[in-house]
Amino acid sequence: MTVKELAEKCNFKTAALPDGSREIDGCYIGDLLSWVMGRAEADCVWITIMSNLNIIAVASLADVACIVLSESVTVEDSIVKLAEEKGVNVLLSDKKTYETAVDVYKTI
Amino acid sequence: MSESLTFHYDVDGEDFTSAGQASVQVKKNLRRLGIPPEIIRQVSIAMYEGEINMVIHAGGGKADVIVSEDKIEIILEDHGPGIADVELAMQEGYSTAPDSVRSLGFGAGMGLPNMKRYMDEMTIDSVVGKGTTIKMAVYLS
Repeated sequence: MTVKELAEKCNFKTAALPDGSREIDGCYIGDLLSWVMGRAEADCVWITIMSNLNIIAVASLADVACIVLSESVTVEDSIVKLAEEKGVNVLLSDKKTYETAVDVYKTI
Repeated sequence: MSESLTFHYDVDGEDFTSAGQASVQVKKNLRRLGIPPEIIRQVSIAMYEGEINMVIHAGGGKADVIVSEDKIEIILEDHGPGIADVELAMQEGYSTAPDSVRSLGFGAGMGLPNMKRYMDEMTIDSVVGKGTTIKMAVYLS
């Protein structure tokens, strides 16, 4: 399952999709960034409500396949631009975090 | 590779949002050297945690990454306030970060424990009022 396919099947909007063909393996949910860096595994889907600039560095360094911002959280243009520069996929979900995770679970 | 390679970075203590630049650069450099992806991930996360700590607590600092045949070493040095109780600081969940940092998702008291988690060696040399030097290494073999 690629990030692009996940976005289509789960009806996630795409804020940035510089690497849509990236393969997904697993899912992690968390808003505390160091917690995510300590526990999330490479190639996973990272679901969070945290939308500041630092999530792009965290996603890049932790090597996750994509960020999914749940709960209708929006993302600023500057962050979208940075995500594209750094090759970080950012998807948007209107659903609550739990429901978003269930959709991801059923899909991947 | 028979000789070691050193990358030096200055970590800007002013701009919190730009923290991570050195780590991202390290990641790129290690990838170019053909280091295995999981090692790159470990080194870049440990380095980023160190960078964030220097920005939050010490007003910046400097970082050296030394790549040799059998290991990658990271040396982080700052002239911040120092760590009064290193053992306490190493405990997951213990943090002295201000609320402004916590609202960004940092300051969960996981930084130093994460560095230890991903590195094979780690020593902290800290003097209150003088600064902190952290030496870490991950083995390549």
